[in-house]
Amino acid sequence: MTTREATAPRGASAAPPRRRGDRLAAILVWAVATLVAGVLLWIVLDLLRHGLVHLGHAFLLEAPRDAGRAGGIAPVLATTGLILAVTLAVAVPLGLASAILLSEFIRRGSAFAQFVRRSLEVLAGVPSIVFGLFGNALFVHYFGMGYSVAAGGLTLACMVLPLFVRASEEALRAVPDDYRRAAAGLGLTRFAAVRSVLLPVALPGILVALVLSVGRALAEAAALLFTSGYVMRMPESLADSGRTLAIHVYELAMNVPGGEGNAYATAIVLLGLLLLINLGTALIGRHVLVRTGE
Amino acid sequence: METEPPLERAEAFRPWHTPSPREDCCPARRPILRALDVTVSYGGTTALRNVSLGINRGCITAIVGPSGCGKSTFLMSLNRMTDLVGSASVIGDIRLDEQPVLGDAVDLLALRRRVGLIAQRPNPFPLSIRRNMTFPLREHGVRDRARQTEIMEECLHRVGLWTEVRDRLDRPALGLSGGQQQRLCLARALALEPEVLLLDEPCSALDPMASAIIEGLIEELRGRYTIVIVTHNLAQARRIADDMALFWATDGVGTLVEAGTAEQLFTRPCEALTRAYVSGMRG
Ligand SMILES: Nc1ncnc2c1ncn2[C@@H]1O[C@H](COP(=O)(O)OP(=O)(O)O)[C@@H](O)[C@H]1O
Ligand SMILES: [Mg+2]
Repeated sequence: MTTREATAPRGASAAPPRRRGDRLAAILVWAVATLVAGVLLWIVLDLLRHGLVHLGHAFLLEAPRDAGRAGGIAPVLATTGLILAVTLAVAVPLGLASAILLSEFIRRGSAFAQFVRRSLEVLAGVPSIVFGLFGNALFVHYFGMGYSVAAGGLTLACMVLPLFVRASEEALRAVPDDYRRAAAGLGLTRFAAVRSVLLPVALPGILVALVLSVGRALAEAAALLFTSGYVMRMPESLADSGRTLAIHVYELAMNVPGGEGNAYATAIVLLGLLLLINLGTALIGRHVLVRTGE
Repeated sequence: METEPPLERAEAFRPWHTPSPREDCCPARRPILRALDVTVSYGGTTALRNVSLGINRGCITAIVGPSGCGKSTFLMSLNRMTDLVGSASVIGDIRLDEQPVLGDAVDLLALRRRVGLIAQRPNPFPLSIRRNMTFPLREHGVRDRARQTEIMEECLHRVGLWTEVRDRLDRPALGLSGGQQQRLCLARALALEPEVLLLDEPCSALDPMASAIIEGLIEELRGRYTIVIVTHNLAQARRIADDMALFWATDGVGTLVEAGTAEQLFTRPCEALTRAYVSGMRG
């Protein structure tokens, strides 16, 4: 330690201009990083400061009382879980199939591929409130689902699909062509290569796509206002209306005077959930990496 | 230009190699693979023009020539790996046991099982060593676990890898050294019982020791398989090849300069270019 200090350059003034520029850039990068981390920390601390007092296991297990000012969020949690389940049950198989089709079976430059890609890009940029209106027209009214968990989940599936497809497609494309050639050289079908080699290798990337999608779905309120509604009862089936965590936060904060405390507490739960999902996926991803030896 | 190796082989003294096993292995010199006027282009640019070459059954055919003369392209066209390159088009005629290789009606999966390819860079799947061996078998209809294991063990034995990996079969194949990976790829190909093995510079990414092991293996496979090996190493070609073909690029287009027995090309080539190349003066 001491010897290294002794041989290190004595100060910025002694360094050539190039080095000084590098140092400036490094300081800038650090400053920005610190700022970002600081903002995040501030938000988290603010949430904890206001919400922690209301939090406890009872909060997670009890039904809300007094329009949500008191009591817990059990039905809201259940609704969130159900809607997320519907969303993923639809978006993941459909999205994976599309991603595989786009990356493995359709030539990149073909008109069809271009069309699909362009469409996904447009869809990814559509504001969620528009998805809400679309879901309301299609699922709630045209398909007669009414305000329901199913309609909300399907709407969210439409919303996260473009994101999930694009990210999964990128993950698949990032798999080296060597493996595709090796599989073809052994007389394996493309389907076999996808199933047994490409998907496992791309899994960490696909999990990232999944986390992004779940994050987007969990955070969504606008698209659900017109599709799953904001009833606070415990949903008994997919045909029941219900509100998610994000909508609960929104309602308590905006429309229920005196609901701020529980709004904060709910927000903590929402954040914690996101963190948990992130962590879980990272663990699974690491496990896969160990198995494939990359 | 002579394009087909002659049917009988000259009995000549070959000081660099013991001739005994070799003479038994491909005595008849009947081609199993035959390329006729094969021209390959990538997106309109011709990479290989009018190559006619017979690959003799059970023999080791070495394809030599400077970089970019179309050796890999030729090799890939033999089992239609060129199909994977969107821009590539192959015209002419290629026959495997008199059956056409080119054309839409060909069952590519069956063809590639019969004509296996070992790439320059070892490319085991990022799966366990065991799965690398069993997964292609399963896809080709060997469903019985015990049978899969049996074939795996036999093939790993044959490439001299069994004792090295028997305790780590369920560990990632990518954890093996380069030479071990290449031998695993060879074992993986052998498990499918191909008739022809195409090897594209299989030793070039390996250190000399690993390279010598692979070379020894290739020699052991003589007779049981038909082997086409692209190599930059003339000494290696001289040591192991029965037949040899020299490719050359003129104006960016690869052509076959001369083909014949390895001995012919080394000791009494017909073309001046061949003479210059084998004596190390060109390429
Ligand atoms: N995928 C490809 N796309 C376009 N050109 C290619 C491709 N592969 C090879 N070529 C061209 O074909 C010629 C022969 O290449 P190759 O068969 O790899 O030669 P070699 O194996 O003898 O070094 C080269 O000029 C090379 O640039
Ligand atoms: Mg090559």
